[in-house]
Order: sequence, then structure tokens, then C-alpha cells
Amino acid sequence: MSTLTEVMTTTDAAGGRGASGTRSRRRGAYRPKYSSPLRPRKSVAFTLLMGIFVIYSLVPLVWLLINATKTQAGLFSSFGLWFDDDFVLFQNIWETLTYKDGIFLRWFGNTLLYVVVGAGGATLLATLAGYGLAKFRFTGRKAVFAVVLGAIAVPGTALAVPTFLMFSQLGLTNTPWAIIIPSLISPFGLYLIWVYAVDSVPTELLEAARMDGAGEFRTFFTISIRLLAPGIVTVLLFTVVATWNNYFLPLIMLSDPTWYPLTVGLNQWSAQATGVAAQPIYNLVITGSLLTIVPIVVAFLGLQRFWQSGLSAGSVKQ
Amino acid sequence: MTTTSTPAATGRPASTAASSPKSPARGIRRPRQRSEWKGLAFVAPFLVVFLLVFIAPVVYSIYLSLYREQLVGGNAFVGFENYLALFGDAQFWEGFGRVTLFLLVQVPVMLGLALVAALAIDSARLHATGFFRIAIFLPYAVPAVVAVLMWGFIYGDNFGLAANINDWLGSTIITPFAREWILVSIGNIVTWEFVGYNMLIFYSALKVIPTDLYEAAELDGAGPMRVVTGIKLPALRGAIVIATIFSIIGSFQLFNEPNILRTLAPNIITTYFTPNMYAYNLSFAGQQYNASATVAIVMGVFTAVIAYVVQLRGSRKEER
Repeated sequence: MSTLTEVMTTTDAAGGRGASGTRSRRRGAYRPKYSSPLRPRKSVAFTLLMGIFVIYSLVPLVWLLINATKTQAGLFSSFGLWFDDDFVLFQNIWETLTYKDGIFLRWFGNTLLYVVVGAGGATLLATLAGYGLAKFRFTGRKAVFAVVLGAIAVPGTALAVPTFLMFSQLGLTNTPWAIIIPSLISPFGLYLIWVYAVDSVPTELLEAARMDGAGEFRTFFTISIRLLAPGIVTVLLFTVVATWNNYFLPLIMLSDPTWYPLTVGLNQWSAQATGVAAQPIYNLVITGSLLTIVPIVVAFLGLQRFWQSGLSAGSVKQ
Repeated sequence: MTTTSTPAATGRPASTAASSPKSPARGIRRPRQRSEWKGLAFVAPFLVVFLLVFIAPVVYSIYLSLYREQLVGGNAFVGFENYLALFGDAQFWEGFGRVTLFLLVQVPVMLGLALVAALAIDSARLHATGFFRIAIFLPYAVPAVVAVLMWGFIYGDNFGLAANINDWLGSTIITPFAREWILVSIGNIVTWEFVGYNMLIFYSALKVIPTDLYEAAELDGAGPMRVVTGIKLPALRGAIVIATIFSIIGSFQLFNEPNILRTLAPNIITTYFTPNMYAYNLSFAGQQYNASATVAIVMGVFTAVIAYVVQLRGSRKEER
């Protein structure tokens, strides 16, 4: 394994990315790779001015958090951005989870299923294919790439109606497969991995592995996948968000509420407030919304180190 | 596993032959075929599903758009009749005009805000830049359904902030669900959802600008504004083109936000409010699958053409 270890250590030392690493080493002095060297003084006034952006972004979320602590009557009688006298967040959560025999938990489970299988599968397929396109030459490679790039321009919603018609011919509608199968394709994910693999998996490393007699798939799963990790986490996060937030596809594919994901279920609860037999459950819609975004927000905050590095690598090529 | 195995024994695959010049001609032929199927093996799983969920629906909707379900004779080939009918359909054009207006106003506003935020965060003049970045990006992680429900409540005159403000002013000035304001209300939701995402695209492009450029600018005595116009904006051109294309696609496909708001403003948001809502309602309320497929194809072609033009213009400027 000596050749292999050698190449891997070299790669690690260079930080995985060529040009800038060499440049700073040549100068012999430490330099932060990509930050502005004009180090202006931080400005309080400018920070406050830009704080408008933060307020705009966070106010609706704060509103949601505050109003999840109110009773249905309290929603109407109190000011939107402050708490009511009754603090009933935990009762609201309990009521949300147990409403109609715990249908919310069922929807939560469905969403998890679609996310784990759909986003997980999408990431796996995009990683394998992006790596294959970046590191192998084969006939039709350019054609594959052109078609997939073109597909980035085609949003899921444009295909949803024809996909529904096709799936209903195949008898797949109203089953989890109708949600999972279309989620398995992420052209943008493939593009990101392709760009990332070109730079972060050195061809010499693969050659060394081949000389050591390792098979391509073995090399992929033991070595390349580790070098691709930041790119993979980025793609995983974006596919998780896409499937977790998926609304249009399940809306048309599913008519049986037991297979609904959270998004479609919440909208159904909200629609319950209007119409002939109106039974508004605003407090449950609000608390349910809050419970829906908590996992995804936690995932984003927890993994930001990964997706931020993965994204900046993706933009090198633009 | 040792290093004793020679290249000749293992056979150097074609990818190495292709990237490293002057490999012995003898070694190329056979391994090339080997690498052929190896590369394909990595790509094949993606391609199979891709054919099923991308290519097949496109082909199927082209087929549907050329046929029509008739009372007598069943499914019959009608050529371009569905397209002609659609081009003469006032409801389609109303929705089309609406998303075009939306596109022309909302996209520049959103991308402008994203650009300002990205430049501000990159300027290193802010305190707590990390917090700014994540706080502005956070709405992207919120599902469209939750975003619309939330804003819908905030807009509402039951217990929303709009109602609070109106009570406080003793007036009814703020009416987000009124006919003349509804598009602005939707635009605000879409902007809120995606400004951070676009900011991150711009910010990522700014981060990879080589430090040398800034040093050179500093030596030349360029001020911060000159750095922005002379270095940062030109470096952002590619990212701006990409963000614009994504935003155009998103606007033409507008569906989630108006469709969910419809429960709150049913008289103002029609079933043909946007082309995508029209396609959806043709299919699921009217069972007019052929007409629905025609809308999907027409909008797909429009989107592709406009995205292509934007890309061409963007790259032409880059050459100059």
C-alpha cells in the first residue's frame, strides 16, 4: 500500500485543492486562503443597517414560535409578536401529536421514510454517477452530461403532471413509491459531485490504487468516498430539504391521508378551517408547522461546516 | 496486496491513459474497453431512474399533447390542435402574463437583495458575519407549505400582524389579500424563501476570488467601492447568470404559494392563476389530461428558451 499512502499524505498536506495551497506555501508565510486582505474595521452602523435583513428573515419564524404557545382563543385576542397570558406550548404539542389518533406522527413517519429512502438514494445515485463522469472516459459520456445538465433546467413541478399520468397507468399512485422514485434523481446533486470529484479525488491516487490491485468499486468505497465527503454531505442536505419540503408531488400522487407527508397533511388541516363543515384548528396548524421545521433547521445548523465548504467548492467551476 | 504487481499485470485503465500522455500504445486497447463498462457501471443506476422519471414523462406528455380524448372514436391523433386551442385560450394567457409580470418584478428585487447581503457579508465590515449568513439562509430550509401558512396567518385579518397594525392605526390600509396586492404578497413570500439561497450562491462565488486580486487593488489604491465594481461584480457574473436562470424557472413554475394561499383568498386566486395551477386543475378537476400535458410542454419550451437566451447573453458579456 506504500504508493497509496504516499499520495494520500501529499493530498492531505496540500489541503486537497491545488493552486492556492501551493501559492501560500511558496510564499512561506501563513495566509488565510480566501478572505479579503483589505481588513476594514467592523462597523456597528453598517451591522445595524444589515440587521434589517436578519429581522426580515427571522420575524416570521419568531411569530411562529410565539404563537405556538397560545390557545386558539388566545391567537385572536393577543398581539401577534408577544406572548399571551396562557402559555400552552406543551399542551399544543401534545394535542398536535394525538389529534385524530396521532395522524401527525404517522405523517412524520411517512416524511422520514421519503427522506431516508428518497434523499439517501438520490445522494447515492448522484455520487456514483458524478464520480463516474468525472473520473472515467467512456462512449456517450458527454451526451449523458449534456442531458443531465439540461435536466437541471427542468423543475420537478413541470414533470409532475405527466409523471402522475404515467404512474397511474403503472398502478403506482397512492403508494410510497410514487413519492420515492421521482425523488431519487437530483441532476443538481450529480453536477455538484462531478465538479467536486474533479478536484478533490486526484487521478494519481486512483492510479496508485489500481497498481495496488484494488478494484474500482473497492477504491470508491474505501478511498474516494472519504475525499468526496463534504460534497456528499452538501448534496445530502439539499436532497433532504427537497424531499422534506416536497409538496406538489405528494399532493397529486396521494389521495389516501395515511400516506401523506407532513406538508400535505398540514395544508389539509389548514384547509379544514374553511368550507361548509369548517372546524378550524389554527393552534394545531401552527404548532404542527413548528414541529415540521425543527428537525430540518437543526440539521442545517448542525452540518453547516460541511455544506458551506461543499458549496464553495461547487462554485469554483462556474 | 503489495506494490509488486506491475502496471502490465493489472492493466492500466483508459482514464489514466487518457490523462497521462505517452502511455505505451500496447496497453491502451484492451483496458479501454474495461474502463468503458466500469465508468458506465457507476453512471448506470442514475441513468435508469433518470429515464423513468425524466425522459419518459417528457415523451409521454408530448404524446398526450398530440392526441385528444373524443366522445366518438376514443383517443384520436389531432396533430397540433391542442396547441392551437391553448394559444387561443384566454385563461392560459392570463396566467402566463401574471407569471411574466411576477418574473420581471420579483426576480430583480430578490437577486438585488441577495447581492447586497452577499457583498455585505463578504465585506468583513459586519459584526457576527456567521450569524448573518445562517439567519438569512434559514428560511430556505422552511418548507414552502409552512412558509405560506405562516405568512398567510401574518397577512390575515383574523389574528395576523396585518390585523394588529390595522387595529393600531385604526384603519384598513394593509390588505395583503386584496386583488391589487395579492401578487405582491406572493412575491414577498417567495423572496423570503429564496433570498438566502441566492445570497449563498453569490457568497460562495465571492469566497473563491484569489487573494492576489485584492492585494493588487490595494497597491493600486482602490477603495472598497472600486473593489466591488472592479473585482467582485465581474467575478460574480457566472453566479448571477445561474441564479437568474434558476429564478426564471421558479417563477414560470409558480404553484405552491398561490395554491396554498387559495384557501385564504379563494375569490381572488383563480384556478388558472398561474400556468402550472392551470395545468394542475385541468388534470385533477377537469380530467383534461391532453390539454394539461400541452400546457406542461409549452411552459417547458418557454422556460428552456428563455434560460438559454439568458445563458447566451451572460456568457457573451463574459468574453468581452
